[in-house]
Amino acid sequence: MPGPSSLSPQKFCERFPGSLKVTGGTMAESSKPILYSYFQSSCSWRVRIALALKGIDYETVPVNLVKDGGQQFSEEFQALNPMKQVPALKIDGLTISQSLAIIEYLEETRPTPRLLPQNPKQRATVRMISDLVASGIQPLQNLSVLKQVGQESGLAWAQKVINTGFNALEKILQSTAGKYCVGDEVSMADLCLVPQVANAERYKVEVTLYPTISRINKTLLALEAFQVTHPCRQPDTPPEMRA
Amino acid sequence: MQAGKGIQMLTLASLPHSPVCSSPSRLSCTPISKAPAHGEFELFSEEFQALNPMKQVPALKIDGLTISQSLAIIEYLEETRPTPRLLPQNPKQRATVRMISDLVASGIQPLQNLSVLKQVGQESGLAWAQKVINTGFNALEKILQSTAGKYCVGDEVSMADLCLVPQVANAERYKVEVTLYPTISRINKTLLALEAFQVTHPCRQPDTPPEMRA
Repeated sequence: MPGPSSLSPQKFCERFPGSLKVTGGTMAESSKPILYSYFQSSCSWRVRIALALKGIDYETVPVNLVKDGGQQFSEEFQALNPMKQVPALKIDGLTISQSLAIIEYLEETRPTPRLLPQNPKQRATVRMISDLVASGIQPLQNLSVLKQVGQESGLAWAQKVINTGFNALEKILQSTAGKYCVGDEVSMADLCLVPQVANAERYKVEVTLYPTISRINKTLLALEAFQVTHPCRQPDTPPEMRA
Repeated sequence: MQAGKGIQMLTLASLPHSPVCSSPSRLSCTPISKAPAHGEFELFSEEFQALNPMKQVPALKIDGLTISQSLAIIEYLEETRPTPRLLPQNPKQRATVRMISDLVASGIQPLQNLSVLKQVGQESGLAWAQKVINTGFNALEKILQSTAGKYCVGDEVSMADLCLVPQVANAERYKVEVTLYPTISRINKTLLALEAFQVTHPCRQPDTPPEMRA
C-alpha cells in the first residue's frame, strides 16, 4: 500500500470521506505544491497568505479538524505530520509542518516579494511578533486545548489567552508599526496578525480595545492576498459560512 | 549581580531555561526572581513589563535592541554572529530545523508553561503537563527517526537541539518517562556532554537556588 506521501490529492481525498473537491487544474498527479489546510485554521491561513503573496500556485487538500472525529487523526495524515495538525506543505519533494517554518522556507526559496525585511534588527522584530502569536497565543487556544479545557470553561479560557496576548502585542506594535506590523511593508508578522484577529472575533474578544491591532488588521484585509485566502472563500468552507 | 555593559540576558530564577544561546560566556546575566534583591527584577514588575509586555523570559538586550521570544533571539544571533552556525546552509535542512524547533517552542512548551499550569490548577496540572509533553514527544520521536544523525538534524548542532534539551529537562521535571523516546533520549544524552549545554544548565546559573545547585 503506497504511503500517503505518494498519494495524489485525488486519492488522498478518496481516503477521507466527506472531503471536498480539490482545487487547481486537473485531478492527475501534479508537481504543484500541495497544502493540507482547514478553512478555519488560523495557522493554515498564514501559509495561504504567504503562497498568495508570492504568487505560488498550489493544490489544496482539505483536512477537516472536526468531522469524522477529526481527519487529522487518520493514519494517512499522521504519517504526513505526526503532530496531527494543519497546515502541512508538500513542496520540492519535502513535507514541512509548522506554519512559520513553511513561511521561512518559502521566503528562502522564492524570495520575492519579501516577507521579511533585509535589516537583521527588523527581521528580529518581525519574528518576535510572529512568535508572540504563533507560540504565545494561538497554541493556547487551539481546538485541541479547548477540548481539554472543556466546553464550560472553553470560551473564558480562549478569551483570557487572547486578551493577554493582544495586550502585549498592542504595546509592542505601538513602537514597531507603520502601515503594517513592522514599518510599511507586509511581513510574516502581518500574516500571523490577521488570522489571530479572526480567532479573537470568533471567541467574542473585544478587538476594538486594541486600536493598533484593529487598524493594521483592517488595512491588511483590504489586500487581495488576504481576501482570496480568507476562511470564507476556501474549497472546504461550509455553504452557510461561504462569502 | 552586576549588569555587564553591552549585552544583558534576562533570565528567570529557578526555572529550566528556554532555548539558550550557545555562547553564554559572552553574556552577563541579570537575574529575575519573584523576591527581588538588589539588581534583580520581578517578573510582573513594571520595569520588566516595559522590557517585555508579554511578561515572559527570556529577553535579550543587544546592539541597542531588546528582543523577546527565544527563537527570534536565536535567529538574530545567527544572522549577526554567524559562526559557528546554528542553522544549516541548505534551505530544506533549515526548514527541518525550524520545524522541529517550532514543534517544541509552539507545540509543547507553551502548553505546559507556569502560567498555563497555574490556570489549569494544582490538581490537574501534572497530568496536563504530562499529556502535552507525551503528545509532542510522540510526534517528535517519529520525525527525528528520519531527520536525525548525531543530533536532531544530521550531524551538526542546530537550533533544534537547543530546543530539545531544555524540553527534555521539563519532561523529567514533570515525571514523563523519556526513555519511551529512544531517539530523543540518545540525542539529549549526546548534547548534554557538550560544554555549551553544561555551562548553561539550570543547575549552574547565577540564580540557581542553593539546594538545586550542581
